[in-house]
Amino acid sequence: MIAQQLINGLLLGAVYALFAIGYTLVFGVLDILNLAHAAIFMLAAFATWSMLGAGLPLPLAFLLAVVLAGILGVLLDRIAFAPLRRRNAGTLIPLISSIGMAIIFGAIARGIYGVDERHFTLPLLDAPPMRFGPVTFTTVEISIFALAIVLMLVLTYVMRATPLGRRIRAVAEDSVAAQLLGVNLEHTIGATFFIASALGGAAGILTALQYNSVTVDMGGQIELKGLAVIILGGMGSITGAVIGGFVLGGVETLAIAYNLSEWRDALAFGVMFLILIIRPRGIFGKRALRAA
Amino acid sequence: MNLATFYAQHSKLIDQIGLDALLALSLSICLQAGQLALAQAAFMGIAAYVSAVVSLNFHWPLLASILAAMLASTIVAGVLALPVRRLRGIFLAIATIGFGEIVRVVANNLSITGGAEGISGIPPDATTPVIYASLAVVALALYALSRTKFSLAIALVREDESAARGVGIDVGFVRFTTLAIGGAIAGLAGALYAHSQFFIAPGDFGFGRMEQILVWCVIGGVTSPLGAAIGAALLTILPEAIRFLADYRDVTDGLILLLVILFAPRGIAGLWRRGARGRA
Repeated sequence: MIAQQLINGLLLGAVYALFAIGYTLVFGVLDILNLAHAAIFMLAAFATWSMLGAGLPLPLAFLLAVVLAGILGVLLDRIAFAPLRRRNAGTLIPLISSIGMAIIFGAIARGIYGVDERHFTLPLLDAPPMRFGPVTFTTVEISIFALAIVLMLVLTYVMRATPLGRRIRAVAEDSVAAQLLGVNLEHTIGATFFIASALGGAAGILTALQYNSVTVDMGGQIELKGLAVIILGGMGSITGAVIGGFVLGGVETLAIAYNLSEWRDALAFGVMFLILIIRPRGIFGKRALRAA
Repeated sequence: MNLATFYAQHSKLIDQIGLDALLALSLSICLQAGQLALAQAAFMGIAAYVSAVVSLNFHWPLLASILAAMLASTIVAGVLALPVRRLRGIFLAIATIGFGEIVRVVANNLSITGGAEGISGIPPDATTPVIYASLAVVALALYALSRTKFSLAIALVREDESAARGVGIDVGFVRFTTLAIGGAIAGLAGALYAHSQFFIAPGDFGFGRMEQILVWCVIGGVTSPLGAAIGAALLTILPEAIRFLADYRDVTDGLILLLVILFAPRGIAGLWRRGARGRA
């Protein structure tokens, strides 16, 4: 029973973590809260659904949708954030412009797909569940988990061992100094948005596959829970977002196990509220992105 | 078309504009003090439930139920102000968003609030004159406030907190008071909402509502209460005016928002101020 709950918690946590990394990456680099992240999460899931419908194989559809999510992220930055950077608009205004983009993305999706729920027809989803001693999980669950972990490892590698990762960390640390050292600020921010949104899109596709459901509103819950995750881990910290994601996944699964499922959402936000009051930097704080 | 038929056709919309203007004013007072506190939808919800419960279960008259609701939302806002007093900017926003979600989940699970089903059968006695009389009272009160020294303190806390401290302003008191006033106005809007809707449910007071209120204030002009109210009115009318766009009509909401932010950073209020300066 506990082992099974642990597995469920890890599954839920992996997707939370993947989503939250994108959230926290943008905050770490730009100090802004990007409320259009959940809209890209949803659009990537719809894009995958459409491509599967057009007969593309799942891996290819996944890859293309993730790239599309990344491109949407770059577009988001160019339209909603780049002009505001040039006039030092503070924190409120970029937050609002990201809401504006979220409204536009949402309206486009509603215009194209309507409000009905969509399902996938994939053999993968019908595969019988696997038993390992006391725990069972489905093929799609283990694929989702593996893919989420692989993506997180790739991101860690990119951030730690590539010139791009170094540039992103330099800009997060001090954008003026990074520019003086020859870092192209706009390119680096564009790349950050691509990576963040691609990961958010991947989280959306995996969530849609996990529940076999795509809806226009599917980002609503994770948008706010993602906030709880990045506050828990510390705004701007990738390690923090991963750990925060798994902690929230675990706690929510336990809440369900103890018949508190109606209250689990309040739990996430209650913890978030307490952390903001007691330790606003979260468990890891912003330093961790710079040191990642 | 005469006025009576126009009113008969659009009374719902007219009521909604009044309520939305109240909500915009309730956030505007917090934004004027530089507090990005996003719990207005929760204050509204708390008040809506209180007024619904006292009028259905205890048969309180409308005015008494409104006052009880405002008292409740003001107390909650005042209590919330204490733990978040050290938070600024985006962190205050996130904490208050979290608070709003907690309120929504609680409303979803209590029996007195009717859970996810909500409460129905609320007497629909918040008529158009009641709503607009309330709006007028709030507008007059805020106007009176704007003539006092306290409004200068509010502006200074927004522009430069340490300067405000330097000239002896009690920053904590300004932040507490503006949040409480915001809670009171949002509570008034919530009580009137409950009594004009017949039916309320937790989803009415979620983050989507909060986003709307914030958008109205920014489009109207962050530091201008009048602008905020006008922003609310415009964006409440707009979806009705462009019904022909069907599913795509929300696109215009987002586009207007972006255009205002990118090209008129001070919102509608900023436009007419610029116009006034141009003539001077």
